Amino acid sequence: MTTATVAVEGPTLTVHDDKSGGAVLEFAGRWQSQHGITEPTSLLDELRSRAIRHVAFDASQVTAWDSGLVTFVLKLLREAVKLGIDTDRTGLPEGVQRLVALAEAVPERQTGRSDARPPWLARIGASAIATATALTAGLAFLGESLLAFQAFLRRRARFRASDLFLIIQDCGPRALGIVTLISFLIGLILGFVGAVQLQQFGASIFVANLVAVAMTREIGCIMTAIVMSGRTGAAFAAQLGTMNTNQEIDALATLGISPMEFLVLPRMLALIGMMPLLTVYSDLVGILGGAVVGVGMLGLGPIQYLEQTRDAVRVSDLLIGVAKSGVFGVVVALAGCMRGMQSGRSASAVGLAATSAVVTSIVWLIVLDGMFAVILNVLGF
Amino acid sequence: MAYGSYVIQHDLDFVIRRGEVFVIMGGSGSGKSTLLNHMVGLKQPARGDVVYDGESFWGSPPEARDALRRRLGVSFQAGALWSSMTLAENVGLPLQTFTRLPARQISEIVSLKLALVGLAGYEEFYPSEVSGGMLKRAGVARAMALDPDILFFDEPSAGLDPISSRRLDDLILELRDSLGATMVVVTHELPSIFAIADNSVFLDAETRTMIAYGNPKTLRDESPNPTVRTFLRRGAVDAAAGGAAA
Repeated sequence: MTTATVAVEGPTLTVHDDKSGGAVLEFAGRWQSQHGITEPTSLLDELRSRAIRHVAFDASQVTAWDSGLVTFVLKLLREAVKLGIDTDRTGLPEGVQRLVALAEAVPERQTGRSDARPPWLARIGASAIATATALTAGLAFLGESLLAFQAFLRRRARFRASDLFLIIQDCGPRALGIVTLISFLIGLILGFVGAVQLQQFGASIFVANLVAVAMTREIGCIMTAIVMSGRTGAAFAAQLGTMNTNQEIDALATLGISPMEFLVLPRMLALIGMMPLLTVYSDLVGILGGAVVGVGMLGLGPIQYLEQTRDAVRVSDLLIGVAKSGVFGVVVALAGCMRGMQSGRSASAVGLAATSAVVTSIVWLIVLDGMFAVILNVLGF
Repeated sequence: MAYGSYVIQHDLDFVIRRGEVFVIMGGSGSGKSTLLNHMVGLKQPARGDVVYDGESFWGSPPEARDALRRRLGVSFQAGALWSSMTLAENVGLPLQTFTRLPARQISEIVSLKLALVGLAGYEEFYPSEVSGGMLKRAGVARAMALDPDILFFDEPSAGLDPISSRRLDDLILELRDSLGATMVVVTHELPSIFAIADNSVFLDAETRTMIAYGNPKTLRDESPNPTVRTFLRRGAVDAAAGGAAA
């Protein structure tokens, strides 16, 4: 009688030959996952190399077992079928036999899903198709929101005025705090940077020009837009995504109320209306931040600083900033609402929608701002 | 009915008669709710049409579809009440949007509908402040707001205790009898099915089509299909058929 021991840590497994050319697998020790149960690969190799046709089990020495043993036995049995080895399960602990029978009761369904990575060409194709689909969906959303806007202009859009006012309140007055903080500090920073450079050749007074022009033309609108995208765009996406999860959007649709008009339109109107106002406010607070540096650090007179600012800012700078902020408002509202409406129906999908609303809008804000800079430069403004 | 190229159900053909309680039944994942979505106009069937009183739904222009939609009321699985509005505003919104009634009259109708589902006095509660069973009943009240010809219920008894579930069944029957509306109910709850259904269709997940059509009590006893009999007997061994075969 030959004996061979297969290395299994903690739990042990011994293979005994029986007289009729089969084998008895003798399990012993603690067959629990925490004690480290190895794959049955080496055992199977051994069974194959010895051309064993029949396997029985002896588990009388097993002191404790859990799912680890069941998984091991299941794998073993599955492979044994493939190798054409007969198995006699009666030697297994009764609980294991019953669990194995339960696991085998319903045959594995061919769902066509697996965790295997598809080949690289297929992955490139899949992502190209996904990009094209996303682009089409984005354009469709843009078109639908234009239709909703048209309905609004014809006074036929269905939404509640009270919703509009609530949203205006949320993305206007309630955003003042954060916009104040950010704009003031940005103005302060601009003032410091300018002061250090301009002091070197005694042109400290031009700090006022630097801060005023930068705030009105560029920084005011872009900072406000970024703050609103993180604050309000993400909120839109999360609200609409949750409504979608909750079938609230379906409930509107079954009544024949367009979700685009009822949910998206008031959000877009509110943000497009509030963004220019917030931007003008942000410009003013930013200039104030610069003035704190100019007056406090450089010793300029407040009136002098104010007059220098007034001379520096052209009306066109202010208008360009305000016009851009309107466009940015459209971008933030569109991105937030679109990601929310397209959101999947789960908690993680809503989180993803909020994230991607912020990412989408910031990317488009910067791209559009760059385009504005080039176009306005070419046009000579 | 399909999601992309994955066909859920095919070759569905059945008639729902006016004033009956019609049950769509089948195992989990057989496409009952998807079928409901097709019938109420949320999802366009991959092929085929839904016809109301001889009027094609998917073949009609969007305006006609919206008009048809207003003749349907849908009560969703978890109520799907608009969370930013009170129960009264939820039930009142369809009335506000589609009728020219003055506000006072609307609030009277709203109170009536809420009273019909046993929620009188809860007008000013928000959906997050009431229980799951109350949400469902409020959903029913909202579905009834425009006095629809056909009311759809998606799994009305799912997640309810047996008594609330029984009450909702009674409510469905009561509303059918008093309003004369047609009720279409998606469910797999056997007690409900036998209590309310006049007629039914059985969707099978294996063959992906309807395998039975008729009164569930009759189907339980006489259906030639073993899947249907087993389902309607809650998986109990099919003694009658076994005897006949032996």
